[in-house]
Amino acid sequence: MDERPHIEIQNLSVWYGEQRALKDISVAFPARGITAVIGPSGCGKTTLLKSINRLLETSDNVRISGRILLDGADIYAPGVDVTEIRTRVGLLASKPFPLPMSIYDNVLYGPRIHGLCRRDNADAIVERYLRAADLWEEVRERLQTPAHALSTGQQQRLCLARALAVEPEVLLCDEPTAALDPISAQRIEDLLRGLKRHMTIVLVTHILRQARRLADYVVFLWLGELVEAGPAEQVFNNPLSERTRAYLMGDIG
Amino acid sequence: MKKLRHLEEHVFRFLMWLSLLVVLGSLMLILGTMLWRGLPSLSLTMLTQIPKGGYYLGEEGGILNAIVGSLCLASGATAFAWLFSLPVAIYLHGYASRSRTAHLIRLAMDVLWGVPSIVYGAFGFIIMLWLGLRASLLGGIIALACLELPIMVRGMDEALGTVPPALREASYALGATRFETTIKVLLRQAVAGLLTAVLLAFGRGIGDAASVLFTAGYTDRLPDSLFRPVASLPLAVFFQLATPFPAVQQRAYAAGLVLTVIVLAVSVMARWLSRHLTRHVVR
Repeated sequence: MDERPHIEIQNLSVWYGEQRALKDISVAFPARGITAVIGPSGCGKTTLLKSINRLLETSDNVRISGRILLDGADIYAPGVDVTEIRTRVGLLASKPFPLPMSIYDNVLYGPRIHGLCRRDNADAIVERYLRAADLWEEVRERLQTPAHALSTGQQQRLCLARALAVEPEVLLCDEPTAALDPISAQRIEDLLRGLKRHMTIVLVTHILRQARRLADYVVFLWLGELVEAGPAEQVFNNPLSERTRAYLMGDIG
Repeated sequence: MKKLRHLEEHVFRFLMWLSLLVVLGSLMLILGTMLWRGLPSLSLTMLTQIPKGGYYLGEEGGILNAIVGSLCLASGATAFAWLFSLPVAIYLHGYASRSRTAHLIRLAMDVLWGVPSIVYGAFGFIIMLWLGLRASLLGGIIALACLELPIMVRGMDEALGTVPPALREASYALGATRFETTIKVLLRQAVAGLLTAVLLAFGRGIGDAASVLFTAGYTDRLPDSLFRPVASLPLAVFFQLATPFPAVQQRAYAAGLVLTVIVLAVSVMARWLSRHLTRHVVR
């Protein structure tokens, strides 16, 4: 993690109407590895996450100021193709939402849109990414069945396969295990641990134990403000801020 | 106090049952009357022949002209209305969901929904004069399409509104554009509701008498041109019921029965179709 940061957020502020959700956040996410964004509910974790793939602006009444650099280039600069940003920065949402189509078509949704899928490589793409999400063995016999027939845990892994299929360099995870049972959650955590070797993962979680298990780097938000950011070991064992210490000890939040 | 709350519970339960009874009862009464008065004179001849001379005095013939005419009018109008309402509904949801424009469009549609159908007939008549048309199939289709449009737009609007925002976000997050998201996700997810909206509009269109009265006219011939008058079932009911002959009046009930059966058949077909189309819908 000695390279220059993959994602750099500079003076980011976000308003929902009159309500200010993020206050002047500046923080950098190192390339590869897992950065956990922690903090109590409603502190702006998801807002921060959705500003990195510009999904925030699809909601009504949102105002964003500041810059977010992806490999040094501002994704909010005029003329930037938002679909390209969302292709480079994938998202795994907190509740799995399979698209209304078969398992097979769900995986190919992204590749088809971006013209990566031809008739002769479609099957291979599907198999590759279902394997990458550790789902292939369970669904190989029923690829043409509707995706919503899968269990919630399987749906979440399908959503992961679908996200990976567009070959993103960053993966944003918004409490990806919140809707899952412990065993399904464990599998998602294992997958993230494997994926971090070659991609940058930003993990929003309000489960401190999960952050401790997975994070290489930690960002702590409190009521829309950045309190502390640093290597996981340092933040967890020797936090600089009194508020971080109180949160980690369970005194606040 | 406790007793009063229990009494309240009983009173409201009773009122709900009463309402249910009134609703179901009136439906049964309508169907029953139609079956009782119309079934005896319903025959194969009636369904397969056009009126012969003296039909309206109780002589030989059938209402095939009205059956075919109504099907042509309603299908044409539904197709026409669909062509315009789907883009409007998509605009309301994909592009302008909570803007002032969207609010105004919805208000306009609600107002149009409440406009009496005779007004659509008069309006269609003016358009026809302006286009230089006479009472014809095309004129009827235009008037009916205007009548169906607000029903279809609002129905589709409701259907698209039930799609969870997170599903749309899932598509955006994969780098899809609004258009791709609309076509590949939104419409697929809402297909059953969209179909219901089309069906609702069709049902309203095929049953309407006032808007086709001036615009489509009436004829004893089968429809053969867009520019000639056509017969329709609601007007067949109206004209036959207006005669002083009991035998012809009975045929009016039979014609009403045919109309009901057509709407029922389309409804069953649409249900079957939507079951097959919604295999993939996320619930």
